[in-house]
Amino acid sequence: MTTPLSGSQILTPAALRPDLAIIAANVAPGSRILDVGCGDGALMAALRDTRGCDARGLELNPDDVATALERGLSVMQGDADTDLADYPDAAFDYAILSQTLQTTMRPHVVLEQLLRIGTRAFVSFPNFAHWRVRASLLWGGRMPVTKLLPLEWYETPNIHHVTIDDFRAFVDTRGIVVEGAWFLNRGVATSAAAANFRAEHAVFLLRSAASGVPPLDSRHHGRRA
Amino acid sequence: MGARMTDPRYGLDRKAALGTLALDSGGSLASVEVAYETYGTLNADASNAILVCHALTGDQHLASAHPRTGKPGWWVRMVGPGKPIDTDRWFVICSNVIGSCLGSSGPASIDPATGRPYGMNFPVITIRDMVRAQAMLIDHLGIDTLAAVVGGSMGGMQALSWAATFPTRLRACVVLASAARHSAQNIAFHEVGRQAIMADPNWANGAYYDGTPPTAGLAVARMAAHITYLSEAGLTAKFGRSLQNRTAKTFGFDADFQVESYLRHQGLSFTDRFDANSYLYITRALDYFDLAEEHGGHLANAFRHSKARFCIVSFDTDWLYPTAESRSVVHALNAAGAPASFVELSSPFGHDAFLLENAALDRVIAGFLGAAA
Repeated sequence: MTTPLSGSQILTPAALRPDLAIIAANVAPGSRILDVGCGDGALMAALRDTRGCDARGLELNPDDVATALERGLSVMQGDADTDLADYPDAAFDYAILSQTLQTTMRPHVVLEQLLRIGTRAFVSFPNFAHWRVRASLLWGGRMPVTKLLPLEWYETPNIHHVTIDDFRAFVDTRGIVVEGAWFLNRGVATSAAAANFRAEHAVFLLRSAASGVPPLDSRHHGRRA
Repeated sequence: MGARMTDPRYGLDRKAALGTLALDSGGSLASVEVAYETYGTLNADASNAILVCHALTGDQHLASAHPRTGKPGWWVRMVGPGKPIDTDRWFVICSNVIGSCLGSSGPASIDPATGRPYGMNFPVITIRDMVRAQAMLIDHLGIDTLAAVVGGSMGGMQALSWAATFPTRLRACVVLASAARHSAQNIAFHEVGRQAIMADPNWANGAYYDGTPPTAGLAVARMAAHITYLSEAGLTAKFGRSLQNRTAKTFGFDADFQVESYLRHQGLSFTDRFDANSYLYITRALDYFDLAEEHGGHLANAFRHSKARFCIVSFDTDWLYPTAESRSVVHALNAAGAPASFVELSSPFGHDAFLLENAALDRVIAGFLGAAA
């Protein structure tokens, strides 16, 4: 289930955040992408320029939308919680949600929408069960402020903290198929063993079991009709 | 290039005779004329042309002084060398819509059948008719495909109608503060304006060109419409309840309040530059506009064959064409799989925001157009 990360899978645009580099390296060339919470479009630009993808974005912040527009990208200003319903079924090969899940009002609905809109979904999130977070609560009795969770409790946009084990349980009970999982610690790939304790950050590649899509290995990577 | 510089088709204050225009109403308009201006230089393969569509009471004087008022062009802050629509790069065209009164065929034009002004014998026109006339002008200018069609308000409706009517003739479409249909509220405001004009005894069923025009009615129509272009916050910030040139209320019906004086000025100055019958015809064209209805009731169908990239912009204080209207366009573009961008910008100025200084708008337009291959 877990795909080990090899050096060649790290994309050359070194500026990409590590979780985005993993996603970019594992997207089929020429596919149609919706990047939900796309920020300034760095991942979309990389996917377009290095993988020939037709990438579209959704982003709340108008300044980020303007930056993405300057990159020649197509971006909708909007909110993952409310605007995903506007997209037709199976409109994209991949829907991507990077470091946004924990900021949504209804993460479970957003995940449902991702798997409705995209044949597959990449989801990345900071792991609230990382040992540093646990230590902060256990020994300091304070909400953690770490590199991936850099803001104080009152100003953090993260309103639905989630752990890797929570996420695994969630997809299990919903019959969502995990086609890939990658774990990062300080931006470096780490093993799946004890990831819930050791990884700061996780990236999952998901597919809806009900979608009828063939498993990843037997599938041709390519643009859908 | 040299030949193009001297080509009489290009430059300021031009007019083209375009032949017969078939109309949505079923009739046709013979000997259509369109007045227009161009800015910048058309490149060798005619691939750098941008058509800018004006709003209801706008005109072709996009970035040149208005001949009657002497005021600078209505979008001179947006169009020019080094500006967001950069005339060092783009060849920019702006034409006066048919039905209007600054040189294009309209109700004040001479009806060849009678030798007198058309008045109310001018046929009722639609947004799509305006767009078809623009396409004839583009043909006349030797341009097959536009790099972009850009428009705000009614101009945005024309831009959308361009994408639907000529899906392969534009590569980009910019729609500002606009909508894909006129709402009941929009129609209601227009009806108030039309009734004000038609209630003016000088209107004379539109046959006033030999006499006194219905300036009082037109001024009232403009005053009512002008309110819809602003926002409450903007009006309050600009005028509040301040009095005009006095320290106490007069307990009469003079323009005691600054906002009254401002509206009266807006209404009267409008009558110097606009024809009342044109106001009737153009507001009617707007009221009839419903792009989904033209495409089987599904707005997405309007964009099925489009090859254009879209950029939709709304303003948070615009209550004439609110963000929800732009979102329904965005929804349709998504459903059609069109490459589309959308942003809601913040401004205190209501619907008029697209005409006014707005650094974020400049950045979006320059960025979207600049990213063209």
